[in-house]
Amino acid sequence: MVSRQAEVPAAVEESSVQAVSVRDLRIQFESVRAVDGISFEVHPGEVFGLLGPNGAGKTTTIRVLTTLLPPQSGGAHVFELDVRRNAMAIRQIIGYVPQQLSIDGTLTGWENIWLFARLFDVPGRERKGRIAEVLEIVGLQDAADRLARTYSGGMVRRLELAQALVNRPRLLILDEPTIGLDPVARSSIWDRVEALRRQYGMTVLVTTHYMDEADELCHRLAVMHHGHIVAMGTPAELKDSVGPQATLDDVFRHYAGGDLRDEGAESLRQVRSVRRTAGRVG
Amino acid sequence: MAPQRIVSTWRVLPSRVLTFCLVELRRIQHDRTELYTRAIQPILWLLIYGETFTRIHVIPTGNRPYIDFLAPGIMAQSALFIAIFYGIQIIWERDAGMLTKLLVTPTPRVALITGKAFAAGVRGLSQVIVILVLSAILRVGLDWNPLHLIAAALVVVISAGFFACLSMVLAGIVMSRDRLMGIGQAITMPLFFASSALYPISLMPGWARAITVVNPLTYEVEALRGLLIGAPTNLALDIGVLLISLIAGIIVAASLLGRLGRG
Repeated sequence: MVSRQAEVPAAVEESSVQAVSVRDLRIQFESVRAVDGISFEVHPGEVFGLLGPNGAGKTTTIRVLTTLLPPQSGGAHVFELDVRRNAMAIRQIIGYVPQQLSIDGTLTGWENIWLFARLFDVPGRERKGRIAEVLEIVGLQDAADRLARTYSGGMVRRLELAQALVNRPRLLILDEPTIGLDPVARSSIWDRVEALRRQYGMTVLVTTHYMDEADELCHRLAVMHHGHIVAMGTPAELKDSVGPQATLDDVFRHYAGGDLRDEGAESLRQVRSVRRTAGRVG
Repeated sequence: MAPQRIVSTWRVLPSRVLTFCLVELRRIQHDRTELYTRAIQPILWLLIYGETFTRIHVIPTGNRPYIDFLAPGIMAQSALFIAIFYGIQIIWERDAGMLTKLLVTPTPRVALITGKAFAAGVRGLSQVIVILVLSAILRVGLDWNPLHLIAAALVVVISAGFFACLSMVLAGIVMSRDRLMGIGQAITMPLFFASSALYPISLMPGWARAITVVNPLTYEVEALRGLLIGAPTNLALDIGVLLISLIAGIIVAASLLGRLGRG
C-alpha cells in the first residue's frame, strides 16, 4: 500500500499554538466515566487519529471539542479558544462530519451546502463561488441539483464533507467518516481529505475503526479505552512498542482488545442509527 | 446568560430566521403536492360546512353570512394543523444527526428555534394563501385591503410560530415521533373547538368560554376576523398575546433543545 501521508511542515509543527489541546478532561454520564482524565494535543496541519472500540469515549471527546458538551472538569482548547467560553468562535473555524449520514433529503445537494454557507455567515458575494468550489472538491457538480434523497451512501458522505468545508475550517473533525461505505467510496473520501489538507494546511481530527486507514493516513494516533488514552504516538512508534512486525491491528488488540463487554449494545445502536438514516435518505 | 452571548444572539438572529424561512420555501417548491393535499380539508370546511351553515342560519353572526365569519377561522385552523406537527421535523432531524450539525454551526439555540418557528410560519402562510384564493373563488366577503392582508399574514406567521414552538417543546419532552404525533392529534381538536374559529364565544357554555380565553388560537382568529372581515376586536390585545406566547414558546423550546441535541 502506497502511503498517502505527507510530511507535516516542521515550521508549523514547532509553532506554539496547538490546533487542539485537551488537559485532564473528564466527562461522566450517571455512573459511567465516558472520558476519564485524558490529555492530548493536535499539532496544526497534522492528521490525528482517535482509535478505540465502541464506547471508548471518542465521540464524547469530539462532542466536547465541537462545543456540544461542556467539560465537567479539566479543559479543552481549539486554536487557543476555550470550549466553555468561546463556543461561537470555535464553531466558526471547525468543520464537522458526524458518524451518521445526516443530510436533508428534501433539499438538493446544492441547497444542503447553501444552508450551511448561510449558517456559517459566508458573505453573500462569496457564497455561490464557495459552494461551487466545495462541490468541485467532492466531485458532486453534476449531482448538485438533484434532491439529496437520491444520493448513494458515498455521495451523501461527500456532500457532508462539502458542507463541513464551506466555511474553510482550520480544523476538520470527522467522526467515523467511512463507516458503512464500500472500499471505493472509502478511499475516495480519504483522497479528498488528504488533498485538501495539503492544499489548505488544514488540521484533521478523525476517529476510525479501520486500522488500515489509521495506519495509512494519520500522522499520530491516540488509542482510547474505557475513557483513558492507553497509547499515543506515530503509527510506527505504536507498532514498535508492541513488537517487531506488529500491525496496527495488533496494537489495537494489545491496548484495547479482548474486552468486548460493551460491544453488543453499542453495535446494535449503531445498526439502528444507520438504518434510521437509510430510511430517511432513501 | 452572559451579556456577550445575548449580543451575539441578537446579531445573528435576523440572518438565521431568514435562512430557515428560505430553506422552507425551497422545501415547499420541491414538494408542491403537499400544498394541494393539505388544501383538501379547508376546502371541505368552507364548501360543505360553510355553505350549509350559511344557508340554515343557525349560528348568529350578525348581518354577515356565516361563511365570511368562518373563513378566518379556517385559515387559523389550517396553519395550526401544520405548525402543531412541526416538532416531528426536529425529532426527525435529531434522529438523522442533522440537529447535531446545525448545533455545531455558529447558531445560538434561541436563533435556531426562532428560525424554525418562522419557517413553520412560512409553511402555514403558504397554506393560508391557498385558502385566500379559495375564498375569492367562493366570493367570501373579505376585506382585500393590502395593508390588512399583510397584517393578517403577520398574525398567521406569529401564531404558527407559537404553535410550532409548542410542538418543539413537546418534542423535547417526549423525544419520539410516534408519541408526538399522538399528542398533536389529541390537542389540535380541543384547541380548534375551544376557540372562536367555528362559532362566536357568546354561544359557548361558561367552562368552554374559560378555555377560549387562554387559547392562543382564539386571539389569532379574532385578529384575523378583525383584519379580514372588519369584526370588532381589540387588535392590540390579540397581537400582544400572540407575540408574548411566541417569545415564551421560543425560550422554553430553546431550553429543551439541549435534551434533543444530546441523543
